[in-house]
Amino acid sequence: MLLFVSVSSKAKIKGLEKIDRLFNTYANSSFGMIDPEGIEALCSDLGVDYTDVRILMLAWKLKAEKQGYFTQDEWQTGLKALGVDSLSKLKKALSDLEKEVEKPSNYEDFYTYAFRYCLTEEKQKSVDIESICELLNLVLGVQFRPQIDSLIEYLKVQNDYKVINSDQWINFLRFCKEISFPDLENYDAIQAWPLILDNYVEWMREKHS
Amino acid sequence: MGCENIEFDQGWGEMEKGIEKLKRILAGEKETPFTSREYMTLYTTIYNMCNQKAPHDYSEQLYDKYKETLDEYITSIILPSLKDKHDEFMLRELVERWLNHKIMFIIQRSVPALNEVGTTCFLNLVYEDVHPTIKDIVLSLIDKEREGEQIDRALLKNALDIFVEMGGGQMNRYQDDFEAPFLQETSNYFSRKASKWIEEASCPDYLLKSEECLKKEVDKVSNYLHSSTETKLIEKVQHELLVVYVNQLLEKEDSGIKVLFRDDKVDDLSRTYRVYNKISQGLDLVANVFKQHVTIEGTAFVQQAEEAASNQASNTPGGHEQVLVKNILELHDNYMTYLNSCFQNHNLFHKALKEAFEVFCNKNVYGSPSAEILASFADHILRKGGSEKLSDEVIEETLEKMALSTVVKLLQYVIDKDVFAEFYRKKLARRLLFDRGTNDDQERSILSKLKQQFGAPLTSKMEGMVTDVVLAKENQSSYQEYLRNNPDVHPGLDFTVTVLTTGFWPSYKSFDLSLPPEMVKCVEVFKGFYGTKTKHRKLTWIYSLGTSHINGKFEPKPIELIVSTHQAAVLLLFNASERLSYSEIVAQLNLAHDDLIRLLHSLSCAKYKILNKEPSSRSISQSDSFKFNPNFTDKMRRIKVPLPPVDERKKVIEDVDKDRPYAIDAAIVRIMKSRKVMTHQQLISETIEQLSRMFKVCLEISNIKSIKKRIEDLITRDYMERDRDNSHMFRYLA
Repeated sequence: MLLFVSVSSKAKIKGLEKIDRLFNTYANSSFGMIDPEGIEALCSDLGVDYTDVRILMLAWKLKAEKQGYFTQDEWQTGLKALGVDSLSKLKKALSDLEKEVEKPSNYEDFYTYAFRYCLTEEKQKSVDIESICELLNLVLGVQFRPQIDSLIEYLKVQNDYKVINSDQWINFLRFCKEISFPDLENYDAIQAWPLILDNYVEWMREKHS
Repeated sequence: MGCENIEFDQGWGEMEKGIEKLKRILAGEKETPFTSREYMTLYTTIYNMCNQKAPHDYSEQLYDKYKETLDEYITSIILPSLKDKHDEFMLRELVERWLNHKIMFIIQRSVPALNEVGTTCFLNLVYEDVHPTIKDIVLSLIDKEREGEQIDRALLKNALDIFVEMGGGQMNRYQDDFEAPFLQETSNYFSRKASKWIEEASCPDYLLKSEECLKKEVDKVSNYLHSSTETKLIEKVQHELLVVYVNQLLEKEDSGIKVLFRDDKVDDLSRTYRVYNKISQGLDLVANVFKQHVTIEGTAFVQQAEEAASNQASNTPGGHEQVLVKNILELHDNYMTYLNSCFQNHNLFHKALKEAFEVFCNKNVYGSPSAEILASFADHILRKGGSEKLSDEVIEETLEKMALSTVVKLLQYVIDKDVFAEFYRKKLARRLLFDRGTNDDQERSILSKLKQQFGAPLTSKMEGMVTDVVLAKENQSSYQEYLRNNPDVHPGLDFTVTVLTTGFWPSYKSFDLSLPPEMVKCVEVFKGFYGTKTKHRKLTWIYSLGTSHINGKFEPKPIELIVSTHQAAVLLLFNASERLSYSEIVAQLNLAHDDLIRLLHSLSCAKYKILNKEPSSRSISQSDSFKFNPNFTDKMRRIKVPLPPVDERKKVIEDVDKDRPYAIDAAIVRIMKSRKVMTHQQLISETIEQLSRMFKVCLEISNIKSIKKRIEDLITRDYMERDRDNSHMFRYLA
């Protein structure tokens, strides 16, 4: 009995060791966590761009709290969940990760996470328009290209809002999913849509009239 | 009898004999009546003939032969007899012939098919031919009756029964051949009558006539018309008499509704209600005229007030406002009484009254919004409230109470209630701070009435103000005690401070006034005292609200001057300098030009010339100079030098507009807090409902947008959140 336990725990420890070693490759020793520089290095080793959406997905999988940083705990839990312990395995896992995120059960969670990830200051509730536009492009651009392009155009020209809150954010996704585009036939401003989308639709309708 | 078959000719021979006999009877010739035996024989013969076995069943031949006989009888006897008669006689003849004809059926009872033959023959040969004529005769008789003549009602009834019976179970002959033309004729008749009466008769008389006509027409139904005609008949008559001319009738110059009200004709008004109540949507018509009438009366009062204001003839400032409010209240009470006594408290009339009042209770009078007028009205009463009462205290108080409940009553028709609240608040502030002996009870009583009717948001700040003043008195005692315990810090002046809680009171500009040194000391001492009581409060001094008592050592005699603190600051400058120019005063006091001009005017160009101005023109200019006037005097030893208040109207309206988003916020939070979870739709409609108690807001896009904006803000501030699964539901976050 004991023999088996020790073997498996040895295996576990061995696994953890590899993960930790990988962690230490990128971690900033004085902080004890991977900082933006480290992430950049990781990205280049993985062969993806720093701004690639897959890195955001990785952060989501790791449940990373702070943008640009991975703690050791997050790293360990995340890589274990991915079932990887080496760089090459991680590279392969990234494409699987994309499919995992796209599953309807995960997508909304990932989408919400993406916003939260941008809240870098303590007590920050909203994200500035510039960053939102980039994030929208990154996260929804592929699936909803025409809507996102149009929405981003509007966000940049309007000046009612300088920041976007999480409620507005979550409704952008709902908008893309539910509202027919580009006719916007089934959009009704009397319903619970946030005001910014009411304004966007008005702007669109004026543009096309 | 035996089972022998009866041959046709034999059987028919029997029948013919019977028919001939009957004809003779009907013709009135001498003839013995049928015996039972004779009847029996006839029945049996026919019965057998129809029920014999083939080839001896003769029903068809019998049918044909019988029809032939009938046709012959009708054509040769009945029709001629009808054709040579007219009018009533024709009618009579027809009825008689038909009744006789029905007797013939007795013979046929055993064979149902033959029964129908009788009716069909009569229908085709007689009825089809004569019914238009008959109808005309009937209609002319009916019209005769309408004109007051007596007619044979039984005859009419019988005649109309024929129409019914000719339908053979259906009402179509009666309806098509009689009823439709009858209704048309009725419409025409009453249309002619109505157009005549509307010119000649007064409104009450017309109504009486109409009531009578309707009664008589209903009578016709029970006497000779078929019951199914009743509803249609009544509808036609009501339409021609009462609906077509309703406006002309009720708006009659000399006798219409407005006169009925003027002369308190309760019976006539009740009749109007009663008569129109019976007409579908009739009351709508009356309520409409009523609404217009009330609107005109109310608007006339507003016009009067407008004219009085522009003439400025009355020297009682706001006198026209008093009169206007009193007039409107009387109007209201008056018509409420009528609603009860004549209109059965029907909610159509309540609604009409409300809509009428809403029209003129929201008109401006000479630039003054109605909300302001109402607030001034209340202010006027409450200002008298504490001062010396006249002889009959009880009556005075009752009148005041009634007057104050007037305000509450009329406020329900004012749309922008928050404008009223703001004006009221400003005037309340002046009463609390400047009036001696304000009647706290009365103030609180009206506030609680307002709260009851219109909700706490309207009055909560004002209640806070009243409390502040009460607390201030307590505070003042503590301050006196503090001075007693620290005699060395005593500033040497009697100094009373009222500490106001910022959120409750209207916002006041605070000037950086340079105080005279005597006053500076007072302020410092009080600050020291206040610091011992609470650490975390900041005091902002509003000198414009202060009052000072200054002793003026004038040559004739010393006089105590009651002035505002700002005025005092100006006057005290002259203790140090004999003569000051305008610019010097500006420099020393640090006041804005508008305010300083007002102050100097009150001290040198108004009723009391305490300062002499050079040049002594009637208005202040920035090049003027001022000197203390040692010769100033008055018969009193103590005078109040008034400072006319600044027109606050524009500011009030600005302030209210600024406050409205917060009112929306507060409403949303209140609703969410109590309901915890709501759908978007519910939240919008409830918010609008609550807000419309305060100001005009309806369910339209711009308001929905405003509310959405506030919701958004509240979400950001974590007061509420959207449900994750139901995007149209919101939850309150504690």
